[in-house]
Amino acid sequence: MPSSPAPRTPRLLFWGAAAAASIAAIPLLYLVIRITGSGIDSILEVLSRGRTWETAGTSLGLAFTVIIASLAISYPTALILTRVHVPFPRSFFTLAVLPLAIPSYVAAYAWLAQFPAMSGFWAAALILTLVSFPYTFLPIIVSLRTSDHSLEQVARSLGRTPITAFLATSFRQSTPAAAAGSLLIGLYVLSDFGVVALFRVDTFTRVIYSTYRASFDKTSAAVLAGILVLLAIILISLERKARGRTLRYRPDRGVANSLSRLTSTRGIRSASVAWLTGLATTSLLIPTASLFILMSEGTRALDWGELTTAVINTVVVSFVGAVIAVGLALPIAALTSRFRNRKSAAIESLSYSGLALPGVVIGLSLVFLSINVFPAIYQSFFLLAFAYAVLFLPKSLGASRSAFESTPPVLEQVARSLGKKPMSAWMFTTGRLSLTGVAAGGLLVMLTSMKELPATLMLRPTGFETLATELWNRTELAAYGAAVPYALALIAVAAIPAFLLSKAILVTKSEEKRPTEISISA
Amino acid sequence: MFARKIALLTVVSVLTAPLLVACSSDSGSNGSSEEITLYSGRGEYLVGSLFDQFTEETGIKVNARYGGSAELAAQMLEEGDKSPAQVYLSQDSGALGTVEGILATLPTSIVNLIPESYRAANDTWIGVTGRARVIAYDSETVTEGEVPTSVFDLTDEKWRGQVGIAPANASFQSFITAMRIAEGEEATRNWLEDLVANDVQKYEKNGLILDAVDSGQVELGLINHYYWFRKAAEVGEDSMRAQISFADPKDPLSLINVSGVGLLKKSQENPNAIAFVKWLMSKETQEWFANTTYEYPLLPAAEAAEGLPALDSLLGPDIDLAQLSDLPATLKLLQDVGLI
Repeated sequence: MPSSPAPRTPRLLFWGAAAAASIAAIPLLYLVIRITGSGIDSILEVLSRGRTWETAGTSLGLAFTVIIASLAISYPTALILTRVHVPFPRSFFTLAVLPLAIPSYVAAYAWLAQFPAMSGFWAAALILTLVSFPYTFLPIIVSLRTSDHSLEQVARSLGRTPITAFLATSFRQSTPAAAAGSLLIGLYVLSDFGVVALFRVDTFTRVIYSTYRASFDKTSAAVLAGILVLLAIILISLERKARGRTLRYRPDRGVANSLSRLTSTRGIRSASVAWLTGLATTSLLIPTASLFILMSEGTRALDWGELTTAVINTVVVSFVGAVIAVGLALPIAALTSRFRNRKSAAIESLSYSGLALPGVVIGLSLVFLSINVFPAIYQSFFLLAFAYAVLFLPKSLGASRSAFESTPPVLEQVARSLGKKPMSAWMFTTGRLSLTGVAAGGLLVMLTSMKELPATLMLRPTGFETLATELWNRTELAAYGAAVPYALALIAVAAIPAFLLSKAILVTKSEEKRPTEISISA
Repeated sequence: MFARKIALLTVVSVLTAPLLVACSSDSGSNGSSEEITLYSGRGEYLVGSLFDQFTEETGIKVNARYGGSAELAAQMLEEGDKSPAQVYLSQDSGALGTVEGILATLPTSIVNLIPESYRAANDTWIGVTGRARVIAYDSETVTEGEVPTSVFDLTDEKWRGQVGIAPANASFQSFITAMRIAEGEEATRNWLEDLVANDVQKYEKNGLILDAVDSGQVELGLINHYYWFRKAAEVGEDSMRAQISFADPKDPLSLINVSGVGLLKKSQENPNAIAFVKWLMSKETQEWFANTTYEYPLLPAAEAAEGLPALDSLLGPDIDLAQLSDLPATLKLLQDVGLI
């Protein structure tokens, strides 16, 4: 990469990123084909329905509620784990990451089984918050751990109180990370179907599903999905605003990494432990305990062979999906972490399509593309893995980008000046230092893919069952007792990447001079 | 180097992953090329063993692809002529109706097996099993005698906030279509508006309505009869708080809906696909459905499960099922009153 102060975007990198982003934007292309193939009348008809806007409002409201609630959980939790002496800090940290492993529809069903009166907007907001708060918790705690604490110490020495010093420095430094996590949560809530269906909230995605399902009226469904994309663009631009143009790498040396922990009173410590325990109870213990209760009510014997096959299939296909996602995300992340301009912003926004759209839209778009252009891979293992990559690429993108951003470009420039070619200079410096961050993004894609259902049903090879499809097979027939072992297996399997993710974030490589900043943020 | 090792490991595992999966999933073709590809809107948990039995008896392998009936229909329409599907088995006649354009005409020897009212007018699909619409009620708060027998009683003040429906579900939509035909557009629209005004409770699907009645969340729920029998089989009949009641035979509420099967156009002459459809309509298979899923067999010679009222005693409203494919107008109506 060039080392001039106003860097020009390397052409190869730009086109690589553009190619990756256009692959991620396949679902958008499909929507455009479907929408433009219809008359203006049918488009206007959909837009003029009062219900269209009412449900769109509900979806946005739900997204913002869940984001605010997640932040309200994440900041205290991250602060406790970085500033208060609590027993077993590492275990509590892992417990705060593990809710990522619980599929939202499983959590909703488990709660509903114990509290059948739960329904409506606030119930859905509660469950969505409990399964998605780690998306803000992780980037926030990473930011609090690695941000430049000397600033906070300076603020204190200038007479600020601990709270105002924190707000003026570390908190402000953490806003880009928090905003990025919030974006992932917001996009997820917009496209969620399972939780809102179980708690009977009329959201926009539900209207899209019932339109697809009921009439096969592809036009109005596509128009509705188009509106969802517009809602997503609102969230993406809000996030970009919050992220601002700040460069996030730290000065190379001379900064104490850890702020001395607050001399916490016994009261603060017990309140902290109570908070962490309460969080783990509501987000992990209640849903899993409920599943065990349900399992005891089932009557049909479990087929271990079937379960094992489903576990293997789930792990393998989500792993391959994660590898493809990381591969597609790398050029985009390399571009956007170093070259901020309109073109790179457009490329980045395009690659978010997958996360905002409901799985059924992604599924149909890949059916359409594959059967018409690549019939040989239709309903193959690779198409399914590829679908996961398209769906969840933004998760890997965010992690890779923030890892690259936190590596000072000067290292690369030094390598170049020592005679390395651009690619190998990048590999030896930024690439190498960011390895853990990139891997963390891959883990996140993997664990999300494991839980994916609608696109999996459409695109998997015939006869190929994953844990999510086996679970669906049973819940579809109200065989909840028989479904539970699969729900528990899914949680257990997804807990592995979630656990590795928490380890990857805790690790600070001793051989490196500075801690690697890892963030799952977008 | 660490990075290179990771890269190498990743490449190797990505390349070998499909092989591993191919070994783990049972894809042995046991040497015969006799096979059919089936898109099944009925779940594997329910019909998987039935298909195995077909393979055992005929040597024809069934490549079954499971999914929601409507989603599979949408998928087949997207696939067009290139669809790998040869046979489509659907949960409900509505989804069959929407794909009629890509279905072949079935041989008369097959369609004549069952009464006219349970198949498509143009012979593109036939019903395999029948389901009756029933009212599930909370036996702790409602006596059997109090349960409404006419659809028009449901809008009574007495049931305010106490009726559960699944407006996005195909079986509810078929019921509304039947009501439009039997009672007229105006009466149906008024009834739906009254129902909404009476604070009707919306659920995603039949099973969830039954759970809600069973846990005392609502007193009444409109569901298909076999959901109750299936849940009773899963948790034990004695622990069922919800009970079911059949409506007046002439009321739209007592509609008999069907699950059905059709052949894709390119498989019109395919002997294996035809053999499969014939086998579904055989007495043994029909009775298997009766005893396993508690649905009504449609083959006149097959017997329904014990404890069910006879199919012809539940006449249903005076309409034929082919008319139920007028789904778009029903959807428009449900959108207008704000139910979907």
